[in-house]
Amino acid sequence: MITLLYFARLRESFGMSSEQAHPPAHVVDVQSLTEWLRQRGGAWQEELAQNKPVRVAVNQDMAGPDRAVCDGDEIAFFPPVTGG
Amino acid sequence: MTVQVQNEDFDLGAEILKLRHGNSKIGAIASFIGLVRDLNDNARVSEMTLEHYPGMTEKALAEILEEAKQRWSIIDALVIHRVGSLKPADQIVLVAVSSAHRGAAFAACEFIMDCLKTRAPFWKKEQTEAGARWVDAHESDETAAQRWV
Repeated sequence: MITLLYFARLRESFGMSSEQAHPPAHVVDVQSLTEWLRQRGGAWQEELAQNKPVRVAVNQDMAGPDRAVCDGDEIAFFPPVTGG
Repeated sequence: MTVQVQNEDFDLGAEILKLRHGNSKIGAIASFIGLVRDLNDNARVSEMTLEHYPGMTEKALAEILEEAKQRWSIIDALVIHRVGSLKPADQIVLVAVSSAHRGAAFAACEFIMDCLKTRAPFWKKEQTEAGARWVDAHESDETAAQRWV
């Protein structure tokens, strides 16, 4: 089981700020996790489309597509940051 | 090194006094304050809401301060970033750096702000006459951060 967190525009589009998920065995990294979520269709397909600048953090560290995803991880999806 | 993410406003004078805490080795303090503007991308802004990622935001800011300490000879550094609902002219962020000489304080202060803009998980949502909208990230912020690499 993994914990998924969504922030800002993604939180609003998905209608949730967090969920517990049980991805299938072929989900091993950030890229395959994103593809799996995209298959939910609708807002998921739209917001996680390849041309959208979505950022991902694994266990509160920024992560690239190759970053491994393991059981128990906290994985956050969000738009590019706009603080300051 | 201090990181604070809070709803409450901050007082520059009080924070600088705390940063100095009677340390006579400090010869320079540089500070930056970011404010809410009433106009952005040609739209009147009546309110701004700031969202963050509790835990990761504090961690990212602490890492940025640590990097600044590795790069420049600074004595102490402080970041206060507000979240929640803000109005035009409200203070958003304070960065303050103390050092023996001004060069390190100026450079580290700008470095911390540039890194915060691209790496610290905060998101702004503006309320305008045309409705609410999420602020888009600016390419110029990425360019500003890249020059420190």
